[in-house]
Amino acid sequence: MKILVGIKRAVDYNVRVRVKSDGSGVETDGVKMSVNPFDEIALEEALRLKEAGKADEVIVVSIGPGDVQQQLRTGLAMGADRAIQVEAGDTLQPLTVAQVFKALAEREGAGIVFLGKQAIDDDSNQVGQMTAALWGRPQATFASKVSLNGETATVTREVDAGLETIEIDLPAVITSDLRLNEPRFVKLPDIMKAKRKPLDVIALDELGGVVGVAPEAGHHAPPEPRGRGIMVDDTAALVAELKNRGLV
Amino acid sequence: MSLPDAEREIMEYDVVVVGAGPAGLACALRLKQLDADLMVAVIEKASEVGAHILSGAVIEPGPLDELVPGWRDAPPPICVPVEKDEFWYLGKASRRKLPTPPQQNNHGNFIVSLGATCQWLADKAEAAGVDIFPGFAASDIHFTDEGAVGGVIIGDMGVDLAGEPKDSYVQGIEIHARTTVLGEGCRGHLSKQLIRRFELDADSDPQTYAIGMKELWKVAPGKSTPGLVQHTLGWPLDSDIYGGSFIYHLDEDRIALGYVCGLDYADPDFVPFEAFQQFKHHPMVRELIEGGEIISSGARALVEGGFQSLPKVEMPGAVLIGDAAGLLNVPKIKGTHQALRSGMLAAGHIAEKGAAEGFDARLRASPVMAELKKVRNIRPGFNKGLWRGLLTAAIETLTGGALPRTLRNHADHEELEKRAEFNPPEREWGPRELPPRDRLASVYFAATEHDEDQPVHLKILEPDVCTERCTEEYGNPCTRFCPAAVYEMVEDEGGRRLQINAANCVHCKTCDIKDPYQIINWVTPEGGAGPNYQNL
Repeated sequence: MKILVGIKRAVDYNVRVRVKSDGSGVETDGVKMSVNPFDEIALEEALRLKEAGKADEVIVVSIGPGDVQQQLRTGLAMGADRAIQVEAGDTLQPLTVAQVFKALAEREGAGIVFLGKQAIDDDSNQVGQMTAALWGRPQATFASKVSLNGETATVTREVDAGLETIEIDLPAVITSDLRLNEPRFVKLPDIMKAKRKPLDVIALDELGGVVGVAPEAGHHAPPEPRGRGIMVDDTAALVAELKNRGLV
Repeated sequence: MSLPDAEREIMEYDVVVVGAGPAGLACALRLKQLDADLMVAVIEKASEVGAHILSGAVIEPGPLDELVPGWRDAPPPICVPVEKDEFWYLGKASRRKLPTPPQQNNHGNFIVSLGATCQWLADKAEAAGVDIFPGFAASDIHFTDEGAVGGVIIGDMGVDLAGEPKDSYVQGIEIHARTTVLGEGCRGHLSKQLIRRFELDADSDPQTYAIGMKELWKVAPGKSTPGLVQHTLGWPLDSDIYGGSFIYHLDEDRIALGYVCGLDYADPDFVPFEAFQQFKHHPMVRELIEGGEIISSGARALVEGGFQSLPKVEMPGAVLIGDAAGLLNVPKIKGTHQALRSGMLAAGHIAEKGAAEGFDARLRASPVMAELKKVRNIRPGFNKGLWRGLLTAAIETLTGGALPRTLRNHADHEELEKRAEFNPPEREWGPRELPPRDRLASVYFAATEHDEDQPVHLKILEPDVCTERCTEEYGNPCTRFCPAAVYEMVEDEGGRRLQINAANCVHCKTCDIKDPYQIINWVTPEGGAGPNYQNL
């Protein structure tokens, strides 16, 4: 069985995100970029499934300009067998991304499309669900435990009320939540090995069924900075101040 | 410790370089230019190249012209030609323009982000076939059976606070090489061990240091004058402390500003970070940055010892280059050109001889050393205060360093005076309003990150000294000289103790240098940890 893992190049989680001064987007110049952490978790799980003999091949996929090859190489160094870069512009909407994964899933005959539940940059949380719908296959989102049993997968999902365990038929889409696993460290010699692993580049229009939709972003603005705090002497003063400001 | 005792995996290279700074990258790239068949690896502890680099930086382009011909057609991402130099003496609210010292004439130089420049240089080195490994810390030296340096040992990953392996544990590998090049920068922790082991500093003065703090600001439109280079002396420092500021005006409404304080200061209560923040409130600076925002900030120690403090730069199997050796030119306030030059020189030597032997003589006979010799008395002249220092600087500059004298350097950690014996000066420091509010707020802009469940990478050799002797004599100056508030004295059920907030550390090495008892040992944390500087 093949597992297709989507990995997105996103601003690193340690970086303080800044909006460009002209409001046209988020500043990425000189900013550290990494694999979206949820995607890294998805990849880790796929690799563990392969190491447990439940899958034969792990393919990492990223969609974007040449820069994304950096993240694909990270994926290969972690242990993926090969990589696919789907060449595209910087700003892609979830539907386009889902169309790409659907097309690749069919092309590769994937048993699982493993994705992060969402990317930490746009927080859309749509691609997994849309991919499943377009592909006409089951989905198990927000996974915190995954086990494969031949034709089906048992997945524990993190839902509002707690944990929900479902069984789905394969092929399927699974999206990872934070507690699914802790991704491994890359080993130094594996970085060298990754350089020799195949990385194919496919043009977006080479894939059938991808109709790029691109709603234009109107304006980006940082939240208002928090005002200066004041110190109050006691509870009475606090209540008075809150009343004064019409907050209680 | 119960870490697995398995045989470490080994990778073989001809040359392994520790540190992807200007010196290390120049060395690696030049090695491939000279002999494309050489196998060259560069190990870098930062999560990516440039993320631990912090410098002004105004650079002299000469060595870059040699290393990357035609670079001016495709310069690093931030690269602004210097248009004008200004040199100011500040009072609390006043300023007086001074003639720009000849060493600080920056005509023909460029203002860059050294971090961005290193990334740019790393791409070129990789394209030439160098293997660069960011995110891996060279934590130890591998010695050959004969006792020579034979490469480095990469630190283990996934070790918990108590030193036990976690599920994610990965044993670090050994990288063996015929020659090891140490380009760790100022006070490199491997360089420090090797200088001691091979007694490389037996014939030189102690190395001396300064701490440099820097912030990159996005200022209100029109406030910055691209290409303007400003330096200041005077307030907020009293004349007994050597130091000053830089304000470099970049393009796109960006200004890089910073403050440098010599670590030979005597006042046990001095807080370098506070001096920097006070400086920002001088009307001249405040006017520039008010209404702007900080993009990134950080701190790094730098070497100041120069000619008379330069240790022997070779040992069996290894060489020291750049600031790991100590090649910064203080009167020019520049080290990058020296780093690049020494890196290239080491590459030429290794490609030719295949060994470290003879590199010390080669470096000492080179323009790198001639440049340091000429200005050798200027920095120590300031040991007698600002005014005597300026006088010495003028004399040494006029004579071109030809006077038959060499002023001595003293170890910075011995210069601190005890609280009971020190008369604190009146500094006229006022309340502050500009961000960051304090050191913790500043660390936020350094985007520093360490997994807290790993061994503390700041080793206190004698903890009792901290709670007893040091508290009594110096009042725990580590809680003040650290720019990232790593050190804190706390009182809890266990009594009074030193708490080390290692996760805040920005890898500046000031504690390792200035601690008066020399009981703080900085070692590498897990690879990839530390600050994530953005265009510093």
